[in-house]
Amino acid sequence: MPLLTRTFIKTALVYFMLALLLGILLSLHVSNSLFPVYIHLLVFGWLTQLIFGVVYWMFPKYSNQLPRGREALSWFTYGTLNIGLILRAIAEPLQASQASNLFGVLLVLSAILQWLSGVAFVANTWQRVKEK
Amino acid sequence: MPRLSVWFIRCSFIYLFLGFTLGGIILANKGYPFAPWVWSLLPAHMEFLLLGWMVQLTMGVAFWILPRFRSGPPRGNIDLVWSAFVILNTGIVMVAVQPFISMTWLTQTGRILETISVLLFVFALWQRVKAIEV
Ligand code: HEM
Repeated sequence: MPLLTRTFIKTALVYFMLALLLGILLSLHVSNSLFPVYIHLLVFGWLTQLIFGVVYWMFPKYSNQLPRGREALSWFTYGTLNIGLILRAIAEPLQASQASNLFGVLLVLSAILQWLSGVAFVANTWQRVKEK
Repeated sequence: MPRLSVWFIRCSFIYLFLGFTLGGIILANKGYPFAPWVWSLLPAHMEFLLLGWMVQLTMGVAFWILPRFRSGPPRGNIDLVWSAFVILNTGIVMVAVQPFISMTWLTQTGRILETISVLLFVFALWQRVKAIEV
Protein backbone atom coordinates (compact mmCIF):
# COMPACT_ATOMS: atom_id res chain seq x y z
CA MET A 1 0.00 0.00 0.00
CA PRO A 2 1.61 3.31 -1.05
CA LEU A 3 2.58 5.96 1.50
CA LEU A 4 -0.02 8.37 0.15
CA THR A 5 -2.79 5.79 0.67
CA ARG A 6 -1.67 5.08 4.21
CA THR A 7 -1.61 8.78 4.94
CA PHE A 8 -5.10 9.27 3.48
CA ILE A 9 -6.56 6.34 5.42
CA LYS A 10 -4.95 7.16 8.75
CA THR A 11 -5.97 10.80 8.51
CA ALA A 12 -9.49 9.65 7.62
CA LEU A 13 -9.58 7.47 10.74
CA VAL A 14 -8.57 10.43 12.89
CA TYR A 15 -11.50 12.47 11.49
CA PHE A 16 -13.79 9.52 12.12
CA MET A 17 -12.88 9.53 15.81
CA LEU A 18 -13.13 13.33 16.01
CA ALA A 19 -16.57 13.23 14.38
CA LEU A 20 -17.84 10.64 16.84
CA LEU A 21 -16.55 12.72 19.76
CA LEU A 22 -18.22 15.78 18.29
CA GLY A 23 -21.40 13.70 18.00
CA ILE A 24 -21.31 13.15 21.75
CA LEU A 25 -20.93 16.91 22.31
CA LEU A 26 -23.86 17.58 19.98
CA SER A 27 -26.04 15.12 21.87
CA LEU A 28 -25.25 17.16 25.00
CA HIS A 29 -26.51 20.29 23.17
CA VAL A 30 -23.18 22.07 23.53
CA SER A 31 -23.67 24.07 20.33
CA ASN A 32 -25.87 23.64 17.29
CA SER A 33 -23.56 25.55 14.98
CA LEU A 34 -21.24 22.52 15.12
CA PHE A 35 -23.68 20.34 13.20
CA PRO A 36 -22.37 21.12 9.68
CA VAL A 37 -18.81 20.50 10.91
CA TYR A 38 -19.89 17.16 12.36
CA ILE A 39 -21.53 16.09 9.05
CA HIS A 40 -18.50 17.08 6.99
CA LEU A 41 -15.96 15.46 9.30
CA LEU A 42 -17.90 12.28 8.55
CA VAL A 43 -18.71 12.54 4.85
CA PHE A 44 -15.67 14.50 3.70
CA GLY A 45 -12.87 13.98 6.26
CA TRP A 46 -13.69 10.32 6.85
CA LEU A 47 -15.62 8.74 3.94
CA THR A 48 -14.43 10.80 0.98
CA GLN A 49 -10.83 10.85 2.18
CA LEU A 50 -10.93 7.07 2.70
CA ILE A 51 -12.28 6.64 -0.82
CA PHE A 52 -9.57 8.92 -2.27
CA GLY A 53 -6.89 6.82 -0.57
CA VAL A 54 -8.25 3.47 -1.70
CA VAL A 55 -8.95 4.66 -5.26
CA TYR A 56 -5.37 5.93 -5.58
CA TRP A 57 -4.15 2.51 -4.51
CA MET A 58 -6.52 0.12 -6.32
CA PHE A 59 -7.86 1.66 -9.52
CA PRO A 60 -6.54 0.47 -12.93
CA LYS A 61 -3.11 1.75 -13.91
CA TYR A 62 -2.82 5.13 -15.60
CA SER A 63 0.23 3.94 -17.62
CA ASN A 64 3.23 1.70 -17.08
CA GLN A 65 5.51 4.66 -16.30
CA LEU A 66 2.92 6.39 -14.09
CA PRO A 67 0.70 3.61 -12.72
CA ARG A 68 -1.04 5.93 -10.25
CA GLY A 69 -0.96 9.11 -12.30
CA ARG A 70 0.92 12.12 -10.97
CA GLU A 71 1.80 11.51 -7.35
CA ALA A 72 2.39 15.21 -6.69
CA LEU A 73 -1.15 16.01 -7.80
CA SER A 74 -2.53 13.50 -5.32
CA TRP A 75 -0.44 14.98 -2.52
CA PHE A 76 -1.93 18.31 -3.55
CA THR A 77 -5.39 16.75 -3.10
CA TYR A 78 -4.36 15.55 0.36
CA GLY A 79 -3.05 18.95 1.43
CA THR A 80 -5.92 21.06 0.12
CA LEU A 81 -8.57 18.66 1.44
CA ASN A 82 -7.16 18.69 4.95
CA ILE A 83 -6.17 22.33 5.25
CA GLY A 84 -9.55 23.28 3.77
CA LEU A 85 -11.51 21.05 6.13
CA ILE A 86 -9.61 22.12 9.24
CA LEU A 87 -10.08 25.79 8.33
CA ARG A 88 -13.79 25.14 7.95
CA ALA A 89 -14.02 23.26 11.25
CA ILE A 90 -12.49 26.27 12.99
CA ALA A 91 -14.02 29.19 11.11
CA GLU A 92 -17.60 28.00 10.56
CA PRO A 93 -18.65 27.74 14.24
CA LEU A 94 -16.77 30.97 15.04
CA GLN A 95 -18.47 32.80 12.19
CA ALA A 96 -21.83 31.59 13.52
CA SER A 97 -21.17 32.85 17.04
CA GLN A 98 -19.06 36.00 16.43
CA ALA A 99 -19.05 36.90 12.75
CA SER A 100 -16.00 38.86 11.61
CA ASN A 101 -14.10 39.69 8.44
CA LEU A 102 -11.30 37.32 9.40
CA PHE A 103 -13.58 34.28 9.75
CA GLY A 104 -15.34 35.30 6.55
CA VAL A 105 -12.05 35.30 4.65
CA LEU A 106 -11.05 31.98 6.21
CA LEU A 107 -14.33 30.40 5.10
CA VAL A 108 -13.87 31.61 1.53
CA LEU A 109 -10.30 30.30 1.56
CA SER A 110 -11.48 26.99 2.97
CA ALA A 111 -14.15 26.72 0.25
CA ILE A 112 -11.54 27.29 -2.47
CA LEU A 113 -9.11 24.74 -0.99
CA GLN A 114 -11.75 22.02 -0.64
CA TRP A 115 -12.95 22.67 -4.17
CA LEU A 116 -9.38 22.39 -5.47
CA SER A 117 -8.95 19.05 -3.70
CA GLY A 118 -11.91 17.66 -5.65
CA VAL A 119 -10.68 19.08 -8.95
CA ALA A 120 -7.19 17.61 -8.44
CA PHE A 121 -8.61 14.22 -7.47
CA VAL A 122 -10.82 14.04 -10.56
CA ALA A 123 -8.01 15.31 -12.81
CA ASN A 124 -5.62 12.64 -11.61
CA THR A 125 -8.12 9.77 -11.60
CA TRP A 126 -10.35 10.36 -14.63
CA GLN A 127 -8.06 8.50 -17.06
CA ARG A 128 -7.69 5.57 -14.67
CA VAL A 129 -11.40 4.81 -15.04
CA LYS A 130 -11.35 2.85 -18.28
CA GLU A 131 -12.50 -0.33 -19.94
CA LYS A 132 -9.95 -3.09 -20.02
CA MET B 1 -13.45 -2.61 -15.62
CA PRO B 2 -16.73 -3.13 -17.55
CA ARG B 3 -18.21 -0.28 -19.57
CA LEU B 4 -21.16 0.16 -17.22
CA SER B 5 -18.76 0.68 -14.29
CA VAL B 6 -16.91 3.32 -16.30
CA TRP B 7 -20.25 5.15 -16.68
CA PHE B 8 -21.15 4.83 -13.01
CA ILE B 9 -17.73 5.97 -11.81
CA ARG B 10 -17.20 8.80 -14.29
CA CYS B 11 -20.69 10.12 -13.52
CA SER B 12 -19.83 9.95 -9.82
CA PHE B 13 -16.76 12.09 -10.54
CA ILE B 14 -18.89 14.65 -12.37
CA TYR B 15 -21.23 14.82 -9.37
CA LEU B 16 -18.23 15.12 -7.08
CA PHE B 17 -17.10 18.14 -9.05
CA LEU B 18 -20.58 19.71 -9.19
CA GLY B 19 -21.30 18.96 -5.53
CA PHE B 20 -17.99 20.46 -4.38
CA THR B 21 -18.62 23.52 -6.54
CA LEU B 22 -22.05 24.08 -4.98
CA GLY B 23 -20.72 23.33 -1.47
CA GLY B 24 -17.90 25.81 -2.04
CA ILE B 25 -20.36 28.49 -3.16
CA ILE B 26 -22.59 27.89 -0.11
CA LEU B 27 -19.61 27.94 2.25
CA ALA B 28 -18.17 31.12 0.71
CA ASN B 29 -21.64 32.63 1.07
CA LYS B 30 -21.57 31.80 4.78
CA GLY B 31 -18.29 33.73 5.01
CA TYR B 32 -19.31 36.62 2.77
CA PRO B 33 -23.08 36.57 2.15
CA PHE B 34 -23.53 37.69 -1.44
CA ALA B 35 -26.87 36.19 -2.52
CA PRO B 36 -29.72 34.68 -0.49
CA TRP B 37 -30.73 32.32 -3.31
CA VAL B 38 -27.47 30.42 -2.77
CA TRP B 39 -29.29 28.43 -0.07
CA SER B 40 -31.54 26.92 -2.77
CA LEU B 41 -28.43 25.06 -3.89
CA LEU B 42 -28.30 23.03 -0.66
CA PRO B 43 -30.63 20.18 -1.77
CA ALA B 44 -28.58 19.80 -4.96
CA HIS B 45 -25.36 19.82 -2.93
CA MET B 46 -26.61 17.04 -0.66
CA GLU B 47 -28.14 14.96 -3.45
CA PHE B 48 -25.09 15.27 -5.73
CA LEU B 49 -22.66 14.22 -3.03
CA LEU B 50 -24.60 11.57 -1.09
CA LEU B 51 -26.33 9.83 -4.01
CA GLY B 52 -24.44 11.09 -7.06
CA TRP B 53 -20.93 10.72 -5.66
CA MET B 54 -20.88 8.17 -2.84
CA VAL B 55 -23.73 5.82 -3.75
CA GLN B 56 -23.01 5.89 -7.47
CA LEU B 57 -19.28 5.26 -7.00
CA THR B 58 -20.10 2.31 -4.76
CA MET B 59 -22.51 0.87 -7.32
CA GLY B 60 -19.90 1.15 -10.09
CA VAL B 61 -17.18 -0.50 -8.03
CA ALA B 62 -19.52 -3.25 -6.78
CA PHE B 63 -20.66 -4.09 -10.31
CA TRP B 64 -17.02 -4.30 -11.37
CA ILE B 65 -15.49 -6.20 -8.49
CA LEU B 66 -18.03 -8.57 -6.85
CA PRO B 67 -17.52 -12.29 -7.62
CA ARG B 68 -18.74 -13.23 -11.09
CA PHE B 69 -20.92 -16.14 -12.20
CA ARG B 70 -19.35 -19.25 -13.69
CA SER B 71 -22.20 -19.85 -16.13
CA GLY B 72 -24.40 -17.36 -17.93
CA PRO B 73 -23.50 -13.66 -18.14
CA PRO B 74 -20.56 -13.28 -15.70
CA ARG B 75 -21.87 -10.07 -14.11
CA GLY B 76 -25.54 -11.05 -14.07
CA ASN B 77 -28.41 -9.14 -15.70
CA ILE B 78 -26.65 -6.13 -17.23
CA ASP B 79 -29.85 -4.57 -18.61
CA LEU B 80 -31.26 -4.38 -15.12
CA VAL B 81 -28.16 -2.58 -13.85
CA TRP B 82 -28.16 -0.20 -16.83
CA SER B 83 -31.73 0.76 -16.00
CA ALA B 84 -30.72 1.25 -12.34
CA PHE B 85 -28.04 3.65 -13.62
CA VAL B 86 -30.43 5.69 -15.76
CA ILE B 87 -33.19 5.78 -13.12
CA LEU B 88 -30.78 6.83 -10.36
CA ASN B 89 -29.45 9.76 -12.35
CA THR B 90 -32.93 10.88 -13.38
CA GLY B 91 -33.96 10.86 -9.71
CA ILE B 92 -30.91 12.85 -8.58
CA VAL B 93 -31.48 15.57 -11.19
CA MET B 94 -35.18 15.84 -10.30
CA VAL B 95 -34.44 16.36 -6.60
CA ALA B 96 -31.64 18.83 -7.33
CA VAL B 97 -33.64 21.15 -9.62
CA GLN B 98 -36.81 21.19 -7.51
CA PRO B 99 -36.06 24.46 -5.60
CA PHE B 100 -35.72 26.29 -8.92
CA ILE B 101 -38.92 25.09 -10.59
CA SER B 102 -41.07 24.92 -7.43
CA MET B 103 -42.95 21.77 -8.34
CA THR B 104 -42.95 19.85 -5.07
CA TRP B 105 -43.79 16.55 -6.75
CA LEU B 106 -40.30 16.61 -8.33
CA THR B 107 -38.64 15.84 -5.00
CA GLN B 108 -41.03 13.00 -4.16
CA THR B 109 -40.81 11.47 -7.62
CA GLY B 110 -37.03 11.83 -7.64
CA ARG B 111 -36.76 10.06 -4.29
CA ILE B 112 -39.04 7.27 -5.51
CA LEU B 113 -36.88 6.83 -8.63
CA GLU B 114 -33.72 6.69 -6.49
CA THR B 115 -35.33 3.99 -4.35
CA ILE B 116 -36.43 1.97 -7.39
CA SER B 117 -32.92 2.24 -8.79
CA VAL B 118 -31.31 0.88 -5.63
CA LEU B 119 -33.90 -1.93 -5.43
CA LEU B 120 -33.15 -2.96 -9.03
CA PHE B 121 -29.43 -2.83 -8.30
CA VAL B 122 -29.71 -4.96 -5.16
CA PHE B 123 -31.96 -7.44 -6.96
CA ALA B 124 -29.50 -7.73 -9.87
CA LEU B 125 -26.40 -8.15 -7.70
CA TRP B 126 -27.79 -10.11 -4.75
CA GLN B 127 -26.55 -13.50 -6.01
CA ARG B 128 -23.06 -12.13 -6.71
CA VAL B 129 -22.42 -11.67 -3.00
CA LYS B 130 -21.10 -15.18 -2.49
CA ALA B 131 -18.05 -17.23 -1.55
CA ILE B 132 -15.94 -17.49 -4.73
CA GLU B 133 -16.05 -21.31 -4.77
CA VAL B 134 -19.84 -21.64 -4.87
C1 HEM C 1 -17.76 15.15 0.20
C2 HEM C 1 -18.99 14.90 0.39
C3 HEM C 1 -19.99 15.86 0.99
C4 HEM C 1 -21.21 15.44 1.40
C5 HEM C 1 -21.77 14.02 1.33
C6 HEM C 1 -21.91 16.60 1.93
C7 HEM C 1 -23.18 16.56 2.47
C8 HEM C 1 -23.81 17.60 3.06
C9 HEM C 1 -25.05 17.52 3.80
C10 HEM C 1 -25.83 16.23 4.06
C11 HEM C 1 -25.37 18.77 4.22
C12 HEM C 1 -26.59 19.16 5.06
C13 HEM C 1 -26.18 19.31 6.50
C14 HEM C 1 -26.50 20.67 7.03
O1 HEM C 1 -27.49 21.28 6.65
O2 HEM C 1 -25.69 21.19 7.80
C15 HEM C 1 -24.35 19.65 3.74
C16 HEM C 1 -24.34 21.02 3.97
C17 HEM C 1 -23.32 21.83 3.54
N1 HEM C 1 -22.16 21.47 2.85
FE1 HEM C 1 -21.63 19.61 2.34
N2 HEM C 1 -21.11 17.72 1.81
C18 HEM C 1 -19.91 17.30 1.25
C19 HEM C 1 -18.82 18.12 0.95
C20 HEM C 1 -18.81 19.50 1.08
C21 HEM C 1 -17.74 20.36 0.67
C22 HEM C 1 -16.45 19.89 0.01
C23 HEM C 1 -18.12 21.62 0.97
C24 HEM C 1 -17.41 22.93 0.78
C25 HEM C 1 -16.48 23.16 -0.07
C26 HEM C 1 -19.44 21.56 1.58
C27 HEM C 1 -20.17 22.65 2.03
C28 HEM C 1 -21.41 22.59 2.66
C29 HEM C 1 -22.10 23.73 3.25
C30 HEM C 1 -21.59 25.14 3.28
C31 HEM C 1 -23.29 23.24 3.79
C32 HEM C 1 -24.36 24.06 4.52
C33 HEM C 1 -24.12 24.00 6.00
C34 HEM C 1 -25.23 24.65 6.77
O3 HEM C 1 -26.32 24.06 6.88
O4 HEM C 1 -25.03 25.74 7.28
N3 HEM C 1 -19.83 20.24 1.62
N4 HEM C 1 -23.41 18.92 3.03
